[in-house]
Amino acid sequence: MKSDSIFKAMLYTGGVIVALLVVFSFISLFRASWLSIRQFGLKFILSPVWNPVSEKFGALPFITGTLATSILALFISLPFSISIALLVGVYLPDGFLKNSLSYATDLLAGIPSIIYGFWGLFSLVPLMRKMEIKIGILPYGVGILTASIVLAIMIIPYTSSISREVISMVPEDIKEAGFALGATTREVIFKIILPYARSGIFAGILLAFGRAFGETMAVTMVIGNSNFMPKNIFSPANTMASVIANEFTEATKDIHLSSLIQIGLWLFIFTFLINLLGNIVVNKFRVESRK
Amino acid sequence: MENKILKIEKFSAGYGNNYVLKGINLEIPEKKVTAIMGPSGCGKSTLIRCINRIHELNPDAIYKGHIYLNGEDIYRMNPTIVRRKIGMVFQRPNPFPTMSIYDNVIAGYTLNGIKLKRNEKDRIVEEALKKAFLWDEVKDVLHRKGTFLSGGQQQRLCIARALAMKPEILLLDEPTSALDPKATSRIEELIVELKETVTIVLVTHNISQAARVSDYTAFLYLGELMEFGPTERIFVAPKHKKTEEYLTGKFG
Repeated sequence: MKSDSIFKAMLYTGGVIVALLVVFSFISLFRASWLSIRQFGLKFILSPVWNPVSEKFGALPFITGTLATSILALFISLPFSISIALLVGVYLPDGFLKNSLSYATDLLAGIPSIIYGFWGLFSLVPLMRKMEIKIGILPYGVGILTASIVLAIMIIPYTSSISREVISMVPEDIKEAGFALGATTREVIFKIILPYARSGIFAGILLAFGRAFGETMAVTMVIGNSNFMPKNIFSPANTMASVIANEFTEATKDIHLSSLIQIGLWLFIFTFLINLLGNIVVNKFRVESRK
Repeated sequence: MENKILKIEKFSAGYGNNYVLKGINLEIPEKKVTAIMGPSGCGKSTLIRCINRIHELNPDAIYKGHIYLNGEDIYRMNPTIVRRKIGMVFQRPNPFPTMSIYDNVIAGYTLNGIKLKRNEKDRIVEEALKKAFLWDEVKDVLHRKGTFLSGGQQQRLCIARALAMKPEILLLDEPTSALDPKATSRIEELIVELKETVTIVLVTHNISQAARVSDYTAFLYLGELMEFGPTERIFVAPKHKKTEEYLTGKFG
């Protein structure tokens, strides 16, 4: 039918345009970073020195900052997001409390990141400062740990809503089989529900990781914007995203601009790899659907 | 007279404020097969789900009355202990999809955190699978996932999983309703074999199945126990008019 083929063509156009966008983004990032790629080569991601004045550009401090904040944020958020998922998915009966808890966590995802940034700056940073004075280190307040805590709160809804969905999708009869063998709720959770839901939970963790990886605004506000290699988790630092946000407007030299864009390119590549790895693991651990 | 292992006294159960079961009195003889028959919605599944206290997992569940296992009120016992002593097999085969065949059989122990030596585990698994007529078919693939098996094999795996806990009573909730005729007849043979060692309560809406495998039959209708007695007597000379109508296929 004619109208059918027109509709099909429309779908194809939409799909192909989106796919092309990804390819072209990569190409234009690559072209704009070419100057700095040619000059620094692989040393760009291995060198710990980033000095716009002497025109030496190495992204290692930012790669470190990004990895440290995202991984730390993941570990901080995980106990909370899994607890919420289990509470809502297993323990709470349908009703007001269950719904409001789900909505509340999902709403966390809707808060603009600038608001998290302000909260971090005005509430968390002074608190961290007090703590740092107590344990006797330089009281910056801002730094990797502060950024990780803000990030952790921002990514809770991603892990918890996906985990909640997969946990509530665990078939009732399998849980019943566990109870019928004399298992307690806790034993059913750890030995039946979590193993069954693991690939979905992993997907949620990964989505959260990807989100933490690229988060810019909130992190830029509380990480301290230091271009040196961070010494510990209290050090002010910069992430790949935050250094781009910070220096893009001040980058007057071509090589500086090109180096910032190359950081963007690597951010692109890393995010792509995380997703790829995620897909592989999710497929490997997927529970075979039953007959 | 044989020993009555389970006594159900004035037992009622249901959901919300609606009782599905009404004042059931029933005594289950030890090491026999007792079939619970009745049309859909008569409360037969609810009844056996009360015997191992699975019914109460539903937040709307209500129940009153007493059920005694060897004279002890199961509603005064720890539910996890009750469920270890009274095993259950469900309508749809439900092996744990994340576990191997071996791990499925031993699951009752691992779930309860009971630590066993390797050779003890091996022995329990082999024994349970042999009892469930499954050993010969799976002994070379023990470490493959249980979900690769056919439906009938999966159901026998579930029976083995329940038997591994050495229960005193085995509850079977329409265990063959999801299976083909061949798999069904294997399970029926198995049921007859198993009563040597364990008391069996079989819920079925298949009249001829009840006739083939059970020693005693209880007939439930609209949540009430209409009639209970030796299967032969119930089928040959039902006392209650409803029983007769059900057995002759007037409703069901």
